[in-house]
Amino acid sequence: MPAMRESLPWLRGKIWPLLLGAIAGGAAVLLGGSGLFWGAVTLALAVALITQFITFQEPVLRPAVPTPDDPLGLLPPQTRLLLEQLPMPVMLLDGTQRVLFANQFMRDVLGPGLDRKRVSTVLRNPEVLLAITGAGHGEASNVPFTLPVPVERHFQAYAARVSVTPPVTVLLLHDLTMVRRSEQMRTDFIANASHELRTPLAAVTGFIDTLRGHAKDDEVAREQFLEIMATETARMRRLIQDLLSLTRIEMNEHVPPEARVELDGVVRQAVAGLMPLAAEDGIAMVVDSVPGLPPVLGDHDELVQLFQNLVHNAIKYGRENGKVTVSLGLQDGQLVAAVRDEGEGISPNAIPRLTERFYREDVKRSRERGGTGLGLAIVKHIVNRHQGRLAIESRQGEGSVFTVFLPAAREENGEKPATPEPVTEML
Amino acid sequence: MTDHTVKSFGEQLETLSALVAQMGGLTEAQLASAIEAISRRDSAAAERAVGGDARIDEMQAQIEERALKLLALRQPMAVDLRETLAAIKTAAELERIGDLAKNIAKRALVLNREPPIRLTQSLARMGKAAQNQLKQVLDAFSNRNAEEAETVWNRDGEIDEIYNSLFRELLTYMMEDPRTIGLCTHLLFVAKNIERSGDHCTNIAEVVYHMVRADHLATNRPKADTTSETAVPYESHA
Repeated sequence: MPAMRESLPWLRGKIWPLLLGAIAGGAAVLLGGSGLFWGAVTLALAVALITQFITFQEPVLRPAVPTPDDPLGLLPPQTRLLLEQLPMPVMLLDGTQRVLFANQFMRDVLGPGLDRKRVSTVLRNPEVLLAITGAGHGEASNVPFTLPVPVERHFQAYAARVSVTPPVTVLLLHDLTMVRRSEQMRTDFIANASHELRTPLAAVTGFIDTLRGHAKDDEVAREQFLEIMATETARMRRLIQDLLSLTRIEMNEHVPPEARVELDGVVRQAVAGLMPLAAEDGIAMVVDSVPGLPPVLGDHDELVQLFQNLVHNAIKYGRENGKVTVSLGLQDGQLVAAVRDEGEGISPNAIPRLTERFYREDVKRSRERGGTGLGLAIVKHIVNRHQGRLAIESRQGEGSVFTVFLPAAREENGEKPATPEPVTEML
Repeated sequence: MTDHTVKSFGEQLETLSALVAQMGGLTEAQLASAIEAISRRDSAAAERAVGGDARIDEMQAQIEERALKLLALRQPMAVDLRETLAAIKTAAELERIGDLAKNIAKRALVLNREPPIRLTQSLARMGKAAQNQLKQVLDAFSNRNAEEAETVWNRDGEIDEIYNSLFRELLTYMMEDPRTIGLCTHLLFVAKNIERSGDHCTNIAEVVYHMVRADHLATNRPKADTTSETAVPYESHA
């Protein structure tokens, strides 16, 4: 049957109706006469042929009219529309493993300009390439894979053959990043929280025992201990807040923000909030901005937090009665925001480790000033989410500059399908 | 593998490029497994990396053979010639990165048998930076993007800085507690291997730049690795 289909293309699609018609006609003639038995046999034969038709026929993407970006006319416009609307990355490949079609979600994962390229040029993961090759031979498969950089993303890839003539394979991705991240975040949070809270909690417990015990009637000691306990519990509260902040930010790190945000407003808001703290140390804060800066694509609250953390650090580690300057500018299509302080500077050994969680160059000073060790880790993850870059320069005895580079938002163009909602729930 | 059909020259070049990208994918996976073996103390990942090196070597030989055939039979000119040369050079650099990754994985197996040491966090960070460089330079190769190649080339200093800091820290660590010398030496080698991987990525970047622009990136790449001039003063705790 298949051979016959190949050699008589005009007959293709018409052979089954013709055959069924002949059988049905024959059955009618036989049943109408006295050949009830032969009628039943013919009907049974017809049923058998119909089931064959259903199980062995492979679906064929009916060739449509060729268009400029679909020269073989393999993708009818309705199919293209349907695939574009699917809320998961989809890619269709032809017989030579070239990309026939990739929807918006796939372009978000792999980048633009995919059409007509060999698949190994745009997706290099060996397991996925193997799955695609297997699919081309008719073996569907399901493989997990990871894109480790720039932000770790986990996927389940499904590759299968859609049709034989013309040869088309499909690659479907299921984004597991959120699920994996949740698990990881939960574990990390518990580990971090229990580790960092252990010491202050031990201190508070100790003081409670002492107050219950031999310091019960000691007025002076009581006041002293209560003061220390208040400081420790405040530290614990700040730690939990920062950890929750960090967890929330990391959960959404792989979802690029979409709102247009003016950095000028963000910086001024952050600086205004920290005025009282700066005044305590006699530090003057200066915002040095140029008008007409383009907005960035960002999350307003996260960006405010970013600058709050940087400016707070500048105040904490800056010289008393010195100056903290925040400057905003544009360079090569990127917005450049630099926070400069006039403190003692940071040793070159420590600079690469500054954004590490709980890393503190001077533990004593950080503790004194209420630091949790998470400020710069939070900054780093926010910068990552915004597809920016953080640069740290410092001269011992002169001060430090923390510079954030963020890509400027491009002009609005057309509608984009909805991206997954960022997580706002905590663990 | 012989071709059954006579492919157009353009197609043959494209196949060569796709093969380099594929080899790049294997190298990325190799490096990822090696770094994972260190940062997550995953010995299964280490074994994968050790075993995966043979395939990378095979692919380099395959690419070289194809490229030589192309040069001999088609005698390509201008950009086609540069692309063929780029394929050969890139494959060679990728093979080196694969070997370095295998070496890292072997040492990971040793390290994972001992209790954890906190300095592996810095190593993991360095490793991620190297992975980033590799990914970006391979993307630059596939997209024929000279600007991206130049970005990679300029960013090598980042890895060097982490390496410098780690080097000093390791020396200090070893001096404070001589029992850690064995482990720290392995860590030093791992760090060196990661730093070398980063350098190979910048080599690929130079190749890509030349392929696209027919011009060379400056010969004096800013080098930030100062470990060859680093000495940590020894204080006797007599």
